[in-house]
Amino acid sequence: MNYYVKRAIRSFVTLVLVITVTFGLTRLMPGGPVDYMRAKLRKQNPNMPSEQIDQLVQAYVGVKPDEPLYVQYFNYVTNVLQGDLGESTYYNEPVAQIYAEAIPWTLFVLGTAMLVTFAIAISLGALLAYKEGSRLDSAVSTVAIVMNSIPYYVAAILLIAVFVTNLQMYPLSGRSSLGVTPGFNLPYIMDVLRHATLPMLSVIITGFGVQTLAMRSNSIRVLGEDYIRVAQLRMLPTSRIANQYVARNAILPIYTGFVIQIGFIFGGSIILEDIFRYPGVGYYFFNAITARDYPLMMGGFLIISVAVVIAVTIADLTYGLIDPRASAGGDSSEAY
Amino acid sequence: MADGGEVHEAEIPLDSVSVEDVSRWDRIAKQLRGYWETFLLAWSDWRFKAGLVILSGFVFAGTIGTVLVDAPTYQDGGKWDSPTFVGENPLGTDQFGQDILALLVHATPDMLLMLAGGAVFATGIGAFVGIVSGYKGGRADEVLMTLTDTAMMIPGLPLIIIVGAIWEPTSPILVGILVSINAWAGTARSLRSQVLTIREEEYVEASRIMGVSTGSILRKDITPQLLPLILVNFVMSGRGVIFNSVALYFLGVLPVEGVNWGVMLEKAYTAGAVTSTELFYTVLWPLLTIVLLSWGLIMLSQGLDRVVNVRVRDRHEGEGAE
Repeated sequence: MNYYVKRAIRSFVTLVLVITVTFGLTRLMPGGPVDYMRAKLRKQNPNMPSEQIDQLVQAYVGVKPDEPLYVQYFNYVTNVLQGDLGESTYYNEPVAQIYAEAIPWTLFVLGTAMLVTFAIAISLGALLAYKEGSRLDSAVSTVAIVMNSIPYYVAAILLIAVFVTNLQMYPLSGRSSLGVTPGFNLPYIMDVLRHATLPMLSVIITGFGVQTLAMRSNSIRVLGEDYIRVAQLRMLPTSRIANQYVARNAILPIYTGFVIQIGFIFGGSIILEDIFRYPGVGYYFFNAITARDYPLMMGGFLIISVAVVIAVTIADLTYGLIDPRASAGGDSSEAY
Repeated sequence: MADGGEVHEAEIPLDSVSVEDVSRWDRIAKQLRGYWETFLLAWSDWRFKAGLVILSGFVFAGTIGTVLVDAPTYQDGGKWDSPTFVGENPLGTDQFGQDILALLVHATPDMLLMLAGGAVFATGIGAFVGIVSGYKGGRADEVLMTLTDTAMMIPGLPLIIIVGAIWEPTSPILVGILVSINAWAGTARSLRSQVLTIREEEYVEASRIMGVSTGSILRKDITPQLLPLILVNFVMSGRGVIFNSVALYFLGVLPVEGVNWGVMLEKAYTAGAVTSTELFYTVLWPLLTIVLLSWGLIMLSQGLDRVVNVRVRDRHEGEGAE
């Protein structure tokens, strides 16, 4: 099967599965959102007839409890595909609207952090591979492993302790300061960057280690290959060997690791944005949990999953560009 | 078998049973010797040593340590006694007057159960899926790998949080399983690619030609070869369990029973320990504990990884372009 078709099918299957899981959790779990909403509404309005309560439940959660399951499922999927994720019980606003406003901020913080991590890992890993066995190599490798054993939320707490509490260099929370007028002007941009620095740093300093070490060992492996020796015997310029022969082949496995990281990092926004009180997707998702706001919770899960699926799909499709084998041979070439 | 004309027919079955018995024992002994040699090889790596020592330390704290150190009470000391490093409360007390060292030690058994439960779950399913899909190939492989890729794509933490918020498990083992809900996918992927090379080895082919059943081949020929890699994955899933479960308790998603590092973090954090220099020790100790355990697990897996990849490294060092 064609590589691109395969990837597209995989993304589609994932999306369907995510929607189904969300539906299942919303509807089927005992004590889940529907039961919870119905009990809550009944407590608030003891005299309301049950059809009316069902209608309200439907408005909030997006499913009607007394319809057959497949009809409920169909309605749910239709609603989701139309961008209707229900109403938040906590904010009393459409869930889609809340997240639409929050997404760009999360993308900005995590996207930048991920790109920086990737850039550091590739250049540092390649450098270490060339200097294998040197003092720099062992020093950086040790630091990378230690950093990797720190969970990113622990790093966030430590960064706050150092840079906010003791040095007072950075603000603790929020997207931007109150006094600064939003818009395309330098003070505002600087302010936004200042607020985003610590969240980004917590992802970068704890994440670069794995990727750097992976890049390092890949490069060392590639450096031992026959075709590198042939290239050296052909007296090709060193920079060309480094960029075209070593780096290109060493990056491929990292790229896959990078793809796996996407989901992990987006999920991590929940803890990170809670610690920094940064109103992004994860922040609202977390508020939804503490307030037992099920529509907001399920919507958040859907949004984060869709974001990850899109990101992974883009990464997969571009992988075909850097590794021609992927789109040509497919799995049969992987086996041997 | 002997050419004996004197052998009675009745003795033959006994004879053959005993022959097979010896060879089976031989095989087991050989296997054990192999594992011991692998262990010695790993032990020669300082990272493996460090990791094993740290992990044993935690196991010690979680078993014997809970007997040696009294359970925390609200009268261990005053509120927020600073660490003295000796005497009654060496690591200080928290805002309720509980001894922090006692809290850390008495939280260890549950954390270890969580780690073990989650790692066994993730590694078990991952190994099964990876080995079957790698060996069988074809349609089974396609289905299993689509499933694996899907599990990998779904962002783990939000799913864990939602299921945790609705399900509210309290048993540490169930919490461990909950937080590794899609951690098996990575294990399955890495084992599968290893199986793809092993299944073409001569001895596997020999078993296949001899008509050994697929199940036996997977159990006897393939899985033993994968043990070090499975162990690496086991350790790394354990680390993931610690990361995620502490995060869940820190966020306050799961119902709390007893003491827990994540709960300690959360209590100290909401008490404002992060924005105060004097109280910072109340977050620092649980933080250091988590980082130490996670570092130990990484060291362990890196030491093991050297065993797994030693042949690859040797080959390339031999061929090195000098």
